[in-house]
Amino acid sequence: MHIYVQEEDFSQDALLRDIGKSSQTGAIVSFIGKVRDDTNTLHQLEIEHYPMMCKQALRAMAEDVKKRFLLEDVLIVHRFGKLNVGENIMMVATASSHRQAAFDGANFLMDYLKSNAPFWKKESFLDGTSKWVEPKESDAHAMTRW
Amino acid sequence: MDVKLTYFAWVRERIGLHDETYTTSATTAQELALELKERGENYSAAFHDLTLIRIAIDHEMAQWSACIKDAKEVAFFPPMTGG
Repeated sequence: MHIYVQEEDFSQDALLRDIGKSSQTGAIVSFIGKVRDDTNTLHQLEIEHYPMMCKQALRAMAEDVKKRFLLEDVLIVHRFGKLNVGENIMMVATASSHRQAAFDGANFLMDYLKSNAPFWKKESFLDGTSKWVEPKESDAHAMTRW
Repeated sequence: MDVKLTYFAWVRERIGLHDETYTTSATTAQELALELKERGENYSAAFHDLTLIRIAIDHEMAQWSACIKDAKEVAFFPPMTGG
């Protein structure tokens, strides 16, 4: 398992080289979340995190998803700090024997992370205002589908 | 009992502190929050509606009814928005 919490950007290529190295791995699925601006009003996205809790919370999630979907390997990288539009926020990758478990595992992990990983997003806008991102109702309920 | 309190996101902003050491005789997280709420305008602004706040005790998510008697650190924050 590979867990990274960092301020600097990451390279998908470099990270993917490290996961699913066992001969049992036949499928790797990866997902990247990026800073989006639907209305051309966003200046920056600031991500606050709880350093003392982050790694152990992400590791527990990765262990859970690995067991639940019988995955070969799991990777989570999540950034913190001030990010510009278009920058990478985070990435998950799952490795398994067959593709369905890798897809499902990555999907589950994203639902899990949204409401259980100790990060908080604050949007700063071009007009000088800012606001904390509210959790989406749909994210809170997403786990119920599993 | 001395406990380290840590605050994140708008809870931190409203209180005006990232963390502090606090002496309390509260036995549950809820008792602790209700005690903190009485400490001044900044605390009452942060703790006015506990349904908006989540907590972690010694870096593990916990319920309001959780015992804090052996806790070293209690964190208060809004629902997480990771991912």
